[in-house]
Amino acid sequence: MPLITKDLIAQHNLTGDEYQKIIAILGREPNLTELGMFSVMWSEHCSYKSSRIHLKKLPTTGPRVVQGPGENAGAVDIGEGLCVVFKMESHNHPSFIEPYQGAATGVGGILRDVFTMGARPIALLDSLRFGELSAAKNRHLMKGVVAGIAGYGNCMGVPTVGGEIVFNDIYSQNPLVNVFCLGIAEKDKIFRGTAAGVGNPVIYFGSKTGRDGIHGATMASDSFDDESEQKRPTVQVGDPFQEKLLLEACLELMAGDLLVGIQDMGAAGLTSSSCEMASRAGNGIELDLTHVPRREPGMTPYELMLSESQERMLMVAKAGKEEECIAICRKWDLDVAVVGTVTGDGILRVKDQGKVVAEIPAKALADDGPRYDRPYMPPSYQDMLTNLNYDIIPDVKDANAALLSLLESPTIASKRWVYQQYDHMVRTNTTVRPGSDAAVVRIKGTNKAVAMTVDCNSRYCLLHPYEGARIAVAEAARNLACAGAEPIGLTDCLNFGNPERPDIMWQFVMAVEGIKDACEFLRVPVVSGNVSFYNETNGLSIYPTPMLGMVGLIEQADQATTQWFKAEADDIILLGTAREDLGGSEYLKVVHAREQGSPPFLNMDAEQALQECVLALIRGGLVQSAHDCSDGGLAVALAESCMSGPGRPMGAVVKLAPGRLRKDAVLFGESQSRVVLSTKPAHRQAILDRAERLGVPAAVIGVVGGDRLVVSLGNEQVAATVIDIPATALYDRWAFAIERTLKNE
Amino acid sequence: MNIGVVVFPGSNCDHDCEYVFKAVLGQDVTMVWHKETSVAGLDAVILPGGFSYGDYLRTGAIARFSPVMHAVKGFAFEGGLVLGICNGFQILLEAGLLPGVMLRNKSLHFICQDIFVRVENGATPFTSACRPGQVLKIPIAHADGSYYTDPVTLAGLQANAQVIFRYCDAEGRVTPEANPNGSLDNIAGIRNAQGNVLGMMPHPERCAESVLGNEDGQLILASMVEFLKKRLPKMVGA
Repeated sequence: MPLITKDLIAQHNLTGDEYQKIIAILGREPNLTELGMFSVMWSEHCSYKSSRIHLKKLPTTGPRVVQGPGENAGAVDIGEGLCVVFKMESHNHPSFIEPYQGAATGVGGILRDVFTMGARPIALLDSLRFGELSAAKNRHLMKGVVAGIAGYGNCMGVPTVGGEIVFNDIYSQNPLVNVFCLGIAEKDKIFRGTAAGVGNPVIYFGSKTGRDGIHGATMASDSFDDESEQKRPTVQVGDPFQEKLLLEACLELMAGDLLVGIQDMGAAGLTSSSCEMASRAGNGIELDLTHVPRREPGMTPYELMLSESQERMLMVAKAGKEEECIAICRKWDLDVAVVGTVTGDGILRVKDQGKVVAEIPAKALADDGPRYDRPYMPPSYQDMLTNLNYDIIPDVKDANAALLSLLESPTIASKRWVYQQYDHMVRTNTTVRPGSDAAVVRIKGTNKAVAMTVDCNSRYCLLHPYEGARIAVAEAARNLACAGAEPIGLTDCLNFGNPERPDIMWQFVMAVEGIKDACEFLRVPVVSGNVSFYNETNGLSIYPTPMLGMVGLIEQADQATTQWFKAEADDIILLGTAREDLGGSEYLKVVHAREQGSPPFLNMDAEQALQECVLALIRGGLVQSAHDCSDGGLAVALAESCMSGPGRPMGAVVKLAPGRLRKDAVLFGESQSRVVLSTKPAHRQAILDRAERLGVPAAVIGVVGGDRLVVSLGNEQVAATVIDIPATALYDRWAFAIERTLKNE
Repeated sequence: MNIGVVVFPGSNCDHDCEYVFKAVLGQDVTMVWHKETSVAGLDAVILPGGFSYGDYLRTGAIARFSPVMHAVKGFAFEGGLVLGICNGFQILLEAGLLPGVMLRNKSLHFICQDIFVRVENGATPFTSACRPGQVLKIPIAHADGSYYTDPVTLAGLQANAQVIFRYCDAEGRVTPEANPNGSLDNIAGIRNAQGNVLGMMPHPERCAESVLGNEDGQLILASMVEFLKKRLPKMVGA
């Protein structure tokens, strides 16, 4: 055993104080294996040491919550004895180092989190952030990530039904890959990661253990520098075929009365799965590494305990059921071995060839890691970001050109090049495919459907982390409302820079406060989540990106609503009010190259009234289409409603009353709490009446029809046409923009 | 009818096929594990889509060695109806039940989208509910769907009316632009010379319900059921 030196401690990303704490826990110096185990479990990635005290503030309860944070995934009741199980996780660091495998194993990890709970995964969504596609490196990263997600998800037979992608050079050195997965399970058959029952066997199954991914969790808890590419060996390699077998084997194991608890070996592999299961039950586990299936001889206990080889699971079976468990695993051609026993002493004891090689209280590893209340304060540059004198920005002259520029900017442009590579229809549940405000999958055997969306405007969060986070919650819920769904739960994936910097920590704390306040107001519980810090390279941090995945319930699947116009002569109605909300807008970035100003104003009462109104109108069968106004404002929302449907692009004639607002604010401002509806003329008055009763401003602004989008500004007497573009021209710019950019190789 | 759906390791449209035959068409379905050595008692066999054996080596190349394939071959030789969808089509090619091979899509990408196919032969057990020349909207989802074979085999397929579906546009025109994957002669589906084995890349099971916005796929699956209903008394008598 090498002596534990200061260098060795530093290499393991542990501070001197943390090392002293380890000595206090053990009552002695750790050996190398133990040091490695502490280092991964106490890493930021596994221990949430900088975030935990803040995450505690989030609302996590509600009448529908079956399982809140702390398990592999959250679970929410949808009635008829069923629940949805969902979570979102990041795989940012590995995806920068090795985009295909990084993204693929991100998909693999989140799938395991969901099926470990006893749920069959039925939908995936992805939130991606890349630098602008003008740089070859960013195109390479995007192509690799998309191929990795497709390669893994398609093979697994879990449809990737939606997601979002934003491009900004701030993500060039730190792309984000956040993957959301939702599964369906019987409410009373949820499985948890617990090692209950002293004497029960601990069984390893899945792939063999290799030397890949050692210290992946530690790598994900550090910033990048120019040498980061050398970290490639810490990225795991995925095998979706193995995972498919693992999924089917797990669900078959869970269908019998065989298991006490089960957990996947994700970050920190065998170490985390064993100590977390033991700690949850207040027990210990004795592992004998001699029996662990391995890819190559000569692996040390250190390597076996820290490997992050993919597609592996640890289960605690009921005593006497070992043979049945092993038979099921063998049927699916998986490696399987009894590797340990549940003990009553609370110790994770690891043996190899008859010798004890590690002996640590399970709770100390899993739950008693360091907790930091890191200092936070707003950065000195914050005022410079938000103070923007709009007088120096000329109002829009050529609104046609501005609209076309926005539609072909990759953040707004159609993502068809991406989602056509994802199987988004397998399992035959997808009733609303990618390209609408929210994706919808029906639940077989019921009349219900579930809507899902992932959202975060990170520029808003940069300009005002608290408001940005509130807006993210509001927008996610609004997207669900537009699909006809009532929000029932949320998962978060909080991507930030280095928490040891007070300005970054301030962004984090403010964003968590924003999520908390908005979720409490809208009564949406946070049931699972993930934090990814250290998204920073050479001191440059990403925009704060608290990504949210929100799930909504549609009681009648056939009421699911989409964003595109349906029929000629339908009336177009705008719910909500425009304000002079240009700050942080996509328009300012694309047309004026400014990422400045205050994010749009959000009034939660107005937001809630709007969402209730949209839901009531959809449930009343009054609505043909509903689309949230977000990036690019009303003009982009109208254009999208014209051309994002599966049929030919449609035209619309719209007249807007600008009042005293700037033209660009009317067309491209991103005022919150607004929805564009279309309706059959017969229902127009019913909608206006209903909106009035609910206190939601509503105005008929135009008619669907023709083959051009025509928008004029003015009052009853005088109106000037500011936008007049053939619908097919809008479509060509928007639909193929990303393809065109990528073909320039 | 008792429809058998073969489950290879890595099959992932097996549940979809089970669902459509059971819940939509009201038939009995038996899931057949790939290690089974008999398909006795089944009226038809479906080889579903997916990634059998991870599509490692080559699509369908390992699945054809699964024990069940011996039984499926025997079933086919005796005139049993066999439908291979997507990966199932690829397996039929590798097993020699249908001629030709699949190449990677022309774009080199996996493609998931609705496409149109023209029914080239309406007088088959799989298309009797379709009008000849009818255009069906059906989704595809594959990375290796570019059908290829030698000129002699192709001429034989054409001469014997074995090309059942061709990729076309919404108006039924078979054009290069309407070909999503570079398939030879826009081929989307072929049958064997006897006419009882069909392989197709598009997924009829994904478009057989109004809630999914498209019921065109039902025409193909319901044709099979109708054919079996008519044939069954004869088989029992024989």
